[in-house]
Amino acid sequence: MNKELKGPIPTDSEVILGILNNSESVLNRLYIAYFPMVLQLIINNNGTADDAKDIYQEAIIILYNKIKAGDFELSSKLKTFIYSVCRRLWLKRLSQMNRYGGDIRDFEDYSPVEDDEVDKQNELAIQFTKMESALQLLGEPCKTIMEDFYIHNRSMQDICERFGYTNADNAKTQKYKCLQRLKKLFFQQK
Amino acid sequence: MNEHKLLEEIERYLNGEMSPEERLQFEALCKQDTAIGNKLAEHRLFAKTMKQYSDRLALESRLAAIHEEIDVHTLAEELMIHPSWIVQLWRNHHSKISVAASIAIFAILGTLFLSGSFANHDNKYIELRREVGNLQRKTESLNQKVAQNASRTNRDVMDRYRGTGFAITANGLIATAYHVINDADSVYVENAAGKSFKADVLYTEPENDIAILRIADNSFKNLSPIPYTFKKGESDLAEFVYTLGYPQDSPHYDDGKLTSTMGLNGDSLDYQISVTINPGNSGGPLMDSRGNVIGVVKAKETQMEGVHFAVKTSYLLAAINNIPADSLTKKISLNTKNTLAGLSTVQQVKKLKNYVFMVRVYGGK
Repeated sequence: MNKELKGPIPTDSEVILGILNNSESVLNRLYIAYFPMVLQLIINNNGTADDAKDIYQEAIIILYNKIKAGDFELSSKLKTFIYSVCRRLWLKRLSQMNRYGGDIRDFEDYSPVEDDEVDKQNELAIQFTKMESALQLLGEPCKTIMEDFYIHNRSMQDICERFGYTNADNAKTQKYKCLQRLKKLFFQQK
Repeated sequence: MNEHKLLEEIERYLNGEMSPEERLQFEALCKQDTAIGNKLAEHRLFAKTMKQYSDRLALESRLAAIHEEIDVHTLAEELMIHPSWIVQLWRNHHSKISVAASIAIFAILGTLFLSGSFANHDNKYIELRREVGNLQRKTESLNQKVAQNASRTNRDVMDRYRGTGFAITANGLIATAYHVINDADSVYVENAAGKSFKADVLYTEPENDIAILRIADNSFKNLSPIPYTFKKGESDLAEFVYTLGYPQDSPHYDDGKLTSTMGLNGDSLDYQISVTINPGNSGGPLMDSRGNVIGVVKAKETQMEGVHFAVKTSYLLAAINNIPADSLTKKISLNTKNTLAGLSTVQQVKKLKNYVFMVRVYGGK
């Protein structure tokens, strides 16, 4: 772990600016700064370290998306926000697993988080699972072509060479065929 | 325009790769052809999801990379609140512990209930009480047996119970035990010479197990004066006592000591005596060495060896006093002159024999 990443806990406004500017180091420091707090919450409330990782990352993604979307208003401390979101997510997860005993051991202050915050996130998660399974169903080589082009942002030229297409037009035709199948699979899923 | 071409156009449009004229042209085309317009909308949604998906994947991998750098295990060890082992035990196994505890409680309660411990707090006490209850039941049944007497030596198949009685007046009043004549249809008394007389039940005191019979037979002639007296006071422990009765067809003598001035379960009604009592002895007189009647033989204790009972004379005297005056032809005057006092036991018994009767009971339940 290099020194720069291990810097002090970033201030709240530092985090917001950093995320808006895609700063890798701010994200790093943010992540490292608040993970112990969430880990403590989860492992002392019937969870494992892996549960803590899932919940924490979900919360960071919610924060990240909110900041990126520009509708993040810091009404309380960032720490409280993260803790509250994680608490809410964990309670939800616990009751899904029928492990919620009715009380939770708290370590920090928390403020109530609106349900639609979490629900919006759920909505997206459903879309992503759909996309993921559509890609799985697509099969090779289409899957790799799609991932390379749309996710890894590789150029058509690259793809052409990787798959040994004789010319870019062939590759393009192949790409469109794949895209059409992928779209079909994606929209067909309920 | 084929599908591929259209898709390419849509992508170019969405990615902003078209020249302004092309854009206008394409937008016009979309308005004109709703099918193409729908395709555009659909692809726009798809592309957006695809973009978000790829962003998410990228972010997740970034976070995963950051996460890799954290020593989660050590951190977890530090942050875990370690409750005491007993709390941990409870948390991990509380359902099992609960089940075990319920079973244990159930088993204990069940055992207590079945063993009857719930009836009373003091185990010994209840045991004792039950024992006493048993004894009482046994004495009762013994009384029955006593009264029943052996039918094998019986000349009359009809007589059901037998006991002993003794004269309290020379004109034919006989004292016996109530349980001997209980439920009797008719009662006969038989003297030592084997002569039988019909008798009535004059008076009973079931609670004291005392009955007074009156010989109502024309063939009965008054006895010579009663030689013994009735002792009003209580006799002393260890006093020599004897009895004469009819456990068999002929008079039977046995003696012993007065072992307790209290009867079964501390009952002040009775004496305890070490005289061996057999079925048929019930109702017989308990005599002391000076020829006083001190009790009426009553029952035997089956649980303990050598424990027998006799009702104290004071209760007999009380019963005699309680006889309603109108059922008597003349007032009872008990003998006050003891003619046995100076005699040896053998001589006493020889005289006593004439005043002790076998009581035969017919019918009844």
